[in-house]
Amino acid sequence: MEQEYPIKKVNIICAKGAIEDVYATLVMGNGAVMEGIETNLFFTFFGLDAIVKSRMDKLHTGVVGNPALRLPGGLRMPTLLGVIPFMEAFTSWMMKGQMAQLDIPPVSEFLDLITAGGGKVYACKLAMDMFKFKKEDLSEHVSGILTVGEFYEHAGGEGSQIIFT
Amino acid sequence: MAQKIYAGVTVDVNEEGYFTNPSQWTKEIAVEIAKEEGITLTDQHFAIMEFLRNRHLGGEALSIRSINHSGVIDVKTFYQLFPGAPLKKATKIAGIPKPASCI
Repeated sequence: MEQEYPIKKVNIICAKGAIEDVYATLVMGNGAVMEGIETNLFFTFFGLDAIVKSRMDKLHTGVVGNPALRLPGGLRMPTLLGVIPFMEAFTSWMMKGQMAQLDIPPVSEFLDLITAGGGKVYACKLAMDMFKFKKEDLSEHVSGILTVGEFYEHAGGEGSQIIFT
Repeated sequence: MAQKIYAGVTVDVNEEGYFTNPSQWTKEIAVEIAKEEGITLTDQHFAIMEFLRNRHLGGEALSIRSINHSGVIDVKTFYQLFPGAPLKKATKIAGIPKPASCI
């Protein structure tokens, strides 16, 4: 008989703070919680912006050096257009509008949903020190600030996966 | 298409056990499906299932987020009522198709 190896636990690392990077983590994380999979989210480096209260709902997407970025209508957006003032804010605003249409919640509400289902959210200690953030700067959904070693301790177990988005 | 018998009634289900014809559903049937899932249904269960059924029959997509807008319970309670995979379990017991949403 073929043996099955279901995923029982996921540990998702988010190291970047652009809208698409953070939402990749949140969608994967929330999806895991919804499937009844034990879920740990670990935010580090620029990914910390997703759990810093004053920044989490003001994320942007990069408009320079993103060859997949297209204008409404499907034409590629030339990198040079990205340097026009407010282009990044405008693009980010458009992306958030598209997401809202699909019932994708803002970051803070997404963290609400994930933690309501038992998902855990952690911050990286080294990155916190580097960016001079304090615990008070973080969303109340954050369960703790972990060292790398502690992250691996949390990530252990049969059927556990570490995903770097 | 598969068939199953709940509370003495034969119903059409897909290979995962989800109803393919929501109109065959009754509360008595729900109690039996819930038993298979290890859940004893309460008024709160029925209230949120009614919300899910109405939303589905109205053609709206089901998401975990929509539970917060149900006015019945919040998401945290939803996870407690249907432990494990709440949206999958709740829709199965409520006699509607498995949600195709990623959120």
